[in-house]
Amino acid sequence: MADTIEITVNGERHSVEADAATPLLYVLSDNLGLKGARFGCGLAQCGACSVLVDGREIRSCVTPVGTLTGAKITTAEGLSAANGNPHPLQEELIAAQAPQCGYCYGGMMVKAAELLATNPNPSRDEIVAHMDGHICRCGTYPRLLTAIEKAAARMRGNA
Amino acid sequence: MASLSSPAELSRRGLLKAGGALLIGFSLAGKAVAQFGPPQGPDLQQIDSWIAVHADNTATILIGFVELGQGATTSLPQVAAEELDLGMDQVRTVAHETEVTPSQGGTYSSSAIANGRPQVQRAAAEARAELLRRAAAHLAAPIGALTVERGVVSVADEPARQVTYGELVGDRKFAMAMTGEAVAKDPSQYRLVGQRAPRRDLEAKVMGTFEYVQQKRLPGMLHARVIRPRGQGAFGSPPHIVSVEANGVLDNPRVRGLVQEGDFLAVFAEREWDAIAAARQVQVEWDIPASLPDSEDLYAAMRDKVVETNVVLEEGEPGPALLQASFAAQTPYQAHATMAPNCALADVGNGKARVWASSQDIYSLRGTLAGILGLAPTDITVTYAEGSGTYGHSLYDDVAIGAALLSQKLGAPVRLQYSREDEHGWDTFGPAHIGEVSLTCDEEGRLTNYAYDGWQHSWAFVETNDQLARGTPARGWPMGASRGVNPAVCGGMYKIAHRKLTDHVLAAEDWLRGAWLRSPLDLSFAFTSEQAVDILAASYGSDPVDFRRRNIRDERWQGVLDAAAEAANWDGPQLASSDGKLHGRGVGLGTHLRGWGGAVAEVEVDPETGKVRVSHLWGALDAGCAVNPDIVEAQITGQLVQTVSRMLYEEVHFTPEGVTTLDWNSYPVARFSDCPEITPVVVQRIDQPSSGAGEEVMAAAAAAIANAFHAATGKRMATFPFTPERVKAVLT
Repeated sequence: MADTIEITVNGERHSVEADAATPLLYVLSDNLGLKGARFGCGLAQCGACSVLVDGREIRSCVTPVGTLTGAKITTAEGLSAANGNPHPLQEELIAAQAPQCGYCYGGMMVKAAELLATNPNPSRDEIVAHMDGHICRCGTYPRLLTAIEKAAARMRGNA
Repeated sequence: MASLSSPAELSRRGLLKAGGALLIGFSLAGKAVAQFGPPQGPDLQQIDSWIAVHADNTATILIGFVELGQGATTSLPQVAAEELDLGMDQVRTVAHETEVTPSQGGTYSSSAIANGRPQVQRAAAEARAELLRRAAAHLAAPIGALTVERGVVSVADEPARQVTYGELVGDRKFAMAMTGEAVAKDPSQYRLVGQRAPRRDLEAKVMGTFEYVQQKRLPGMLHARVIRPRGQGAFGSPPHIVSVEANGVLDNPRVRGLVQEGDFLAVFAEREWDAIAAARQVQVEWDIPASLPDSEDLYAAMRDKVVETNVVLEEGEPGPALLQASFAAQTPYQAHATMAPNCALADVGNGKARVWASSQDIYSLRGTLAGILGLAPTDITVTYAEGSGTYGHSLYDDVAIGAALLSQKLGAPVRLQYSREDEHGWDTFGPAHIGEVSLTCDEEGRLTNYAYDGWQHSWAFVETNDQLARGTPARGWPMGASRGVNPAVCGGMYKIAHRKLTDHVLAAEDWLRGAWLRSPLDLSFAFTSEQAVDILAASYGSDPVDFRRRNIRDERWQGVLDAAAEAANWDGPQLASSDGKLHGRGVGLGTHLRGWGGAVAEVEVDPETGKVRVSHLWGALDAGCAVNPDIVEAQITGQLVQTVSRMLYEEVHFTPEGVTTLDWNSYPVARFSDCPEITPVVVQRIDQPSSGAGEEVMAAAAAAIANAFHAATGKRMATFPFTPERVKAVLT
């Protein structure tokens, strides 16, 4: 039956009523009303539901919420700075006009942000290898790749 | 069986009191389905149906096309802003909803700009003419002396005399019919059309705050999941329920019950995860007919079951045949495979219905729902709510029917969300095809005789939930309304002395459910036809680009052929190889219904592993006037990447009982590492009608990839996708 679980999402602590076995995605969507993590397959195959847990990308559709007590969870909504300014990646995605339907981008963005946080100067091959577990059915990979490269360059310049 | 009618009665306790019934049966009104009934909606002849001018000197453009990620909600306001002399920041749109926004026809066949631009242009020109009439009276100046900038009308030589659109109309209605006399702007005067303008929906999508239909919630809503066999069989042989065992799902108090009507079965719960878990737990014995051939035997079965043979087109007189080439190909079922499994919400009660769905045609969906729910169309409001890209008729109408049926019975708002397995297993697939082409040329290398024979079935006219719940018999579209052999793609780009196209029609009911999948069957037609053109060019001793130029039909086709060849620095199909892999280049031409597409592909083949990689793909598209070239480039890019996916990876597999490709592992699509370098080329024709840009370069790209494979290996692929097993078999 329902448990009370403490989780921290985008810097805010929440106490949610859910079975510990419930995948995080449904807690984010139904309990917290967040939109950045999106249901794509429920099988950890596509990456539409990805979020960061303590900076590492996980598939929220298969991760039980009960395993995340005390962890810091970041969804696409939480990538922007505390003052609301977009993440450099988000600015470059707009500049490149990268998304089409945009459904996969909630997961794409956190996956790319994971890379940019740990590798300030990724090669094209490193970006492709890092992002390869995420599907974009609209085929927007070329513009997305450009945006990730430009975001990396901009973040190095700002550092 | 218990029959319940209000949410209060739906608690588990209520069910148990009703005799422990686990199943809620219901019977439907049983009225005939008025599919594709009259669309109605706002009067298309009234300016107010299209444009509202506000007191703050901005305007709302009412658009009857939907945003599918293809930029319609940016490009169409761009057209309106151009005609009205407003800035892009002064125009906005509203959600597409029945009786609010006009019925412009469904958003398919690349119609949003091709059909929508002249409609919006006309309405905006009429509005501008009326605004100028009113301004002339207000300013006591002749219309000819007025200029407009950003909605401020001023007298040309006395700019201090001015009045704004907002002051002239100010949220009041125009209350007038179109005169038919307003003249649209000459393209030479364009300031916005033909320019890059940023998409207006991207900020929310990138900030992660955009609400897709999958994320919409209604107060008091129940989450539902359908329970079906794991993959569908033939369209005309739906499965039947033998028995249902709830298997303890109601032990969870948040699971509110099961609904069965006919062979339609669903479980509903207060929370989505409970509905998902319950749907997995319920045990159903299905009677599943062995209705299909095995996918390995598909093409032989297709040749055996032809019900009708029609000549689609025969034109010209036979000419001399110096050289002859022929080619036969067979191509598989492919899936829409949308990123987001389809979802819809419905609130049906008190003789009214509200439905939120990502349908490509909300007015026709409303007509369908009216028949199924037993309501008048005007008692139903359908609001478009965006899902993920669908690339054709996926399951958005099917899921909307399911949500509406459930809500009508439960008397509560219902959200029905499909699973990945539902989506892949019960999609409306792009049909399989067999093509045979024969062509000849004369001594000058001019095409003289062309014959294309195609085997395919038409599209499904009835959605699955309608079949399962109501027993509605399967019915195919009339062949003319779906896709038989396409004259535009099968030789339509060439001058040919004699051309004959023949359909070998199969019955829709005998095969997998079919529907339009982005550039329907065109990849198959071009894959077959354009490989034969290359074979003939080689026999004639001509470079494939030169041979096509020699036979090209007109300047529009010539334009895309030249643009693709120039962008790729075309220097023949052969490429040097020093890395142990085989490299080659190919060219192709193709389109969908309107528009002109040309492509060049560069392919590398590993003879050891059989792995094929498209390393670079150039695609040139003449879509007439490209309203927003940046969006057209994005559409070309998406088409090219999706074509790589369809040529190299995508194939629906099935057994006689049903589809077995039910997820992204069994039905792989192109990922980052599969994506070639992409060069999109927009052939801008600013003074021409817009002809659509969503699906007109895929056929050319499919052909270019096939011809590049041959250039690399010396072998021809007679089917796709080019899996390593097939490639190794061809190379040995």
